[in-house]
Amino acid sequence: MELSGGEIIVQCLRDEGVEHVFGYPGGAVLHIYDALFKQKELKHILVRHEQAAGHAADGYARATGKPGVVLVTSGPGATNVVTGVATAFMDSIPMVVLTGQVPTPVIGSDAFQEVDTVGITRPCVKHNFLVKRLEDLADTIKKAFYIATTGRPGPVVIDIPKDITDPGIKIPYHYPNKVKMRSYNPVVKGHLGQIKKAVKILMEAERPVFYTGGGVVLDDAAKPLTDLVDTLGFPITQTLMGLGAYPGSGKNFLGMLGMHGTYEANMAMHETDVLIAVGARFDDRVTGHVKQFCPDATIIHVDIDPSSISKNVRVDVPIVGPVKQVLKDMLKVVNEGDKKPKQQALKKWWKQIDKWRAMDCMKYDKKSELIKPQQAVEMLHKVTKGDAYVTSDVGQHQMFAAQFYRFDKPRRWINSGGLGTMGFGLPAAIGVQMAHPKADVAVVTGESSIQMCIQELATCLQYDLPIKIILLNNGYMGMVRQWQEFFYDSRYSQSGMSVTPDFVKLTESYGHIGMRVEKSEDLEGAMKEAFSHKDRLVFLDVVVDPSENVYPMIAAGKGHHEMYLSPGSELV
Amino acid sequence: MRHIISILMENESGALARVANLFTARGYNIESLTVAPTEDLSLSRMTLVTSGSDEIIEQITKQLNKLVDVVKLVDLTEGGHIEREMMLIKLRAERTQREEIKRLVDIFRGKIIDVTDTSYTVELTGAASKLNAFIEAVNEELIIEVVRTGPSGIGRGPKGLSL
Repeated sequence: MELSGGEIIVQCLRDEGVEHVFGYPGGAVLHIYDALFKQKELKHILVRHEQAAGHAADGYARATGKPGVVLVTSGPGATNVVTGVATAFMDSIPMVVLTGQVPTPVIGSDAFQEVDTVGITRPCVKHNFLVKRLEDLADTIKKAFYIATTGRPGPVVIDIPKDITDPGIKIPYHYPNKVKMRSYNPVVKGHLGQIKKAVKILMEAERPVFYTGGGVVLDDAAKPLTDLVDTLGFPITQTLMGLGAYPGSGKNFLGMLGMHGTYEANMAMHETDVLIAVGARFDDRVTGHVKQFCPDATIIHVDIDPSSISKNVRVDVPIVGPVKQVLKDMLKVVNEGDKKPKQQALKKWWKQIDKWRAMDCMKYDKKSELIKPQQAVEMLHKVTKGDAYVTSDVGQHQMFAAQFYRFDKPRRWINSGGLGTMGFGLPAAIGVQMAHPKADVAVVTGESSIQMCIQELATCLQYDLPIKIILLNNGYMGMVRQWQEFFYDSRYSQSGMSVTPDFVKLTESYGHIGMRVEKSEDLEGAMKEAFSHKDRLVFLDVVVDPSENVYPMIAAGKGHHEMYLSPGSELV
Repeated sequence: MRHIISILMENESGALARVANLFTARGYNIESLTVAPTEDLSLSRMTLVTSGSDEIIEQITKQLNKLVDVVKLVDLTEGGHIEREMMLIKLRAERTQREEIKRLVDIFRGKIIDVTDTSYTVELTGAASKLNAFIEAVNEELIIEVVRTGPSGIGRGPKGLSL
């Protein structure tokens, strides 16, 4: 079979099992779009801005575990997608991003829509390629998928000059079944000696805690994690990225940890004697001040990426390997061993934890006439029976969603944790809904974030995506306002966002249903109505109390045991 | 502490940029960096001199290993190794200075490779510290130009860094 470069790209994607491509055409990719036009299997989703193509492919990947695929043109197409690539990179999301490039002979001549895409994306990709010969194209695409989806996943960019896709030049097509790279060999198994050593320490633990992250979700290791935690009877806390791996309603779950983690999770971290970190990277939002992090703990760390180990916090027992495999091996060692966890000590530890739990750190005023954002998220949970895919943007609403929508399953909570990209939620939901057409998909967002990619409402109409947008509208960049209130004597510098479009009319002009709710008592009815429109996008503008803040909060530079629990409270 | 990291990497365009990028992006020091193809033209050998605490060096080697183009690397300073750097140094050499410079070059086992009425160009090879010592030994005012390659290194003993 002889194919042109454009046809090779399309054929490679099909052979790779890709069903959806998120993109936007332009000069340098016209040949590829022509090849797309001539086939039916590969579905292209036309976004309204390339950034959204990146986030949509990212959301698709997070919801399915399959790599998201993006196709954009050179120059501005490539620069616009960089935010999407960087977002995926920070959260280790598998993506393959195809960017057009000016023809090979004019590269470096400042040609129209030329930019050094490989150079610009280098710091925020797992790897990138510039295809210089047509003969290398299929191999390069195979390598890109292999690199993106193995080891610690991440985005891979392939920059393709226009002459490579010339329909007039055809070569025999062959897509390699396998790929082997001498310079890239991800670990496939954890060291058994280290695993045994870790289990020995766990069995001696008196105040143990599991701290697990996005790696568990990425490696589909929710089951072995849940089994191990329940077998040992240890408490578990999860990072923002890890939510849903261990069920949010599970009895051993302490809630999220870190800057806006629960009192019980953060106190358990501070008092623990054995910390087992799994697929988590000791991010600064999690650790607080590293000098005060888990002061008494022996730390076990399971991670696929050796560079995550002992990067921010010194680890005592490192285990490099895929999380799922390591957890399974660990469970086996536990079950086959004759040692049991220290029951007496654990009982005492749980008693202490229950005392912390009794602080009820996430309480809020449930009688308020103004709608509280926490209440809106709890209502979303109720109406969707806790089974929706929830995407979010970045800020207070993101934290409220993480805290109050107790995710029971992995891959249901989809947010930009590492990069913190406002504008992520709506396009990510497009990817999620494309992957799961029948599922409830909700975007929890704010009036500031939603405006950063609001143009995607048109994409949702074009592809009949019945996404539900839950806008927690407080008229501020809430998290910025909160920091200004706490640390800048309430000088709200440029954080007001009261000038917004009429979201109801705006949504209607895009051909969707817009609704607005202002009173607590109307919230449940409105939310139910929104979700009753099974085949329509509904934008629910929820006017919430603008003065509400996210608690608990560890101030920057403080330790886990120093939290603000409520308005005006002292550090506890 | 100063470390010499020797890297075997794919001889691809952009490979050097990836290493340089990593160091600037993560705020690590590069004192010097040399790179050239090996006997296998698909591989490049890079010698990188850096400094930092043990924790930082550990991160540097881990991050370098994470680069897809890096095949293997070794921190030469962890074991016995030999380090060599070449320097070309052009010196003002007039009348009475000529004899003294010649003597100094002999002491350092260098070679004078270009001569004019008023100058000598000296080739000197050795560990970086030896080259530093030579520069300190000559009168600063006599130095016209200094060109150094940056160190390259190799481990002692029969074992090599190869595939």
